[in-house]
Amino acid sequence: ATGAYPKRVKVVEVGPRDGLQNEKNVVFSPVKINLINMLSETGLQVIEATSFVSPKWVPQMADHTEVMQGINKLPGISYPVLTPNLRGFQAAVAAGAKEVSVFGAASELFTQKNINCSIEESLERFEEVMRAAREASIPVRGYVSCVLGCPYEGKISAAKVAEVSKKMYSMGCYEISLGDTIGVGTPGSMRDMLAMVMKEVPVGALAVHCHDTYGQALANILVALQMGVSVVDASVAGLGGCPYAKGASGNVATEDLVYMLNGLGIHTGVDLQKLMDTGTFICNALNRKTNSKVSQASCRL
Amino acid sequence: QEPQASGLPEYVKIVEVGPRDGLQNEKVIVPTDIKIELINQLSKTGLPAIEVTSFVSSKWVPQMADHKEVMRGIERHPGVQYPVLTPNLQGFHSAIAAGATEVSVFGAASESFSKMNINCSIEESMERFEEVTKSARNMNIPVRGYVSCALGCPYEGNVVPDKVAEVSKRLYSMGCYEISLGDTVGVGTPGSMKKMLEAVMKEIPLSALAVHCHDTYGQALANILTAIQMGVTVVDSSVAGLGGCPYAKGATGNVATEDVIYMLNGLGINTGVNLCAVMEAGNFICTALNKKTNSKVAQASFSTGTI
Repeated sequence: ATGAYPKRVKVVEVGPRDGLQNEKNVVFSPVKINLINMLSETGLQVIEATSFVSPKWVPQMADHTEVMQGINKLPGISYPVLTPNLRGFQAAVAAGAKEVSVFGAASELFTQKNINCSIEESLERFEEVMRAAREASIPVRGYVSCVLGCPYEGKISAAKVAEVSKKMYSMGCYEISLGDTIGVGTPGSMRDMLAMVMKEVPVGALAVHCHDTYGQALANILVALQMGVSVVDASVAGLGGCPYAKGASGNVATEDLVYMLNGLGIHTGVDLQKLMDTGTFICNALNRKTNSKVSQASCRL
Repeated sequence: QEPQASGLPEYVKIVEVGPRDGLQNEKVIVPTDIKIELINQLSKTGLPAIEVTSFVSSKWVPQMADHKEVMRGIERHPGVQYPVLTPNLQGFHSAIAAGATEVSVFGAASESFSKMNINCSIEESMERFEEVTKSARNMNIPVRGYVSCALGCPYEGNVVPDKVAEVSKRLYSMGCYEISLGDTVGVGTPGSMKKMLEAVMKEIPLSALAVHCHDTYGQALANILTAIQMGVTVVDSSVAGLGGCPYAKGATGNVATEDVIYMLNGLGINTGVNLCAVMEAGNFICTALNKKTNSKVAQASFSTGTI
């Protein structure tokens, strides 16, 4: 049954971080800053600005401090940044960050390959961040990667996703974003995974972060909404390919998501035209075509 | 996953429209032997229905000028239907003479679209189709009815669900065994899909309904999911997402069969179709057309080397 949809959905824009981090071409700080400033005018309430990780690992985010200090921080808008550990957290706060994110995973192999430690060890690192964040009154968002499949392990058990989500929530993350990292999920696996996670974490604290690598993102998001999820991550112009499938797409496009939500009568506060204009800007800067179908269709070239 | 436990159908019939709707809307015209090879490959995938060609004047649709040769040249696999488009009685006779055993007629829920597309009003088009269905009934030939612009029109914009229901009812009453509701410009969303289906379901039994979603705005799979959740069990799609949108330059059109099957497989819904075989057929036709596939599943599968 289609059931009732939430009346409002919070769209979390991850283009400047997750998007740009996974693009082939690097953009300079002024372009990033302009991108974030344009996004700030669209009505989006949350814009993930950058990542305080070592530039040795993520060169695209090497200018994190300049970006954080350079952007217009509009009232009512949150600009979370990634902080993998205490050191990153401290650098972020020093640069003016008021919200941070930590990245866990539901797969041991993925954690090993991605951040070179076990799930348990990663959670210990996050505990340090949580403690410092609590003292500084800084909210922390928790991400769980590979919730519907792992590029190394393949199938991921919903119980494992629930376990990791519960740990991160109990540690103090105000929201848990469940990521279909390689986009293999379908409405079936999304439903099963959410049913398990919702036993451990209240639905009001859940978000979905769907990749469109197999074209399933909007259908997966639809099912999540039907189950009561009201926070959805997306990336302007669908920035950010998939590092595990060469040439394949990654993040779902914010424009396409907003188009769907508008059609469902769900309030987002986002101006679709301004969003499309922002997408056009960053695609020009990156010298690439948009991944947003709404943008492509609306283009009168 | 148990589809029935979540209220979903156990089986969905996929109607493959790539060789007709797909190729008709591709920039490059494909030679007859390539069309035949594509259809023969699709016949081996488990697809239950493959729309082969269109018996319209080659003046209007040059891509389908070889309709007779294609119809006569393809292998006919038992258990697979090979419907063809027939806009009027003349096309119908031509199709039968060439060996067609199922035909389709194309109506629209928008007067402007009907005038621009086939140069007559909805009412006039229905009269033409009545002639076809009457002849078809006499020869025991099943007729499928399409309703274009079910969720929006490139000329009129909004289309009222009751109008879609009215046209659908007309086609169904005249003898069409199935009504395929087309989101011709892909503007629909799960919201408008639901409203439209609710109106149509008052007039037509669910089992006689199909959805034909275009992915021009990326909404196709979400719209198809909505339809399936409401009990629709027939879905049209096009291998490799062949067929751009003639109303939005450079934009995509048909939803890719591979992407639909991937979703249905994940939902535990049976289609009888071998996804890998469809991807192979998609790869074949994209190579022949010298274009990239529009199927994300195919893109991802070829990239990760799982194909």
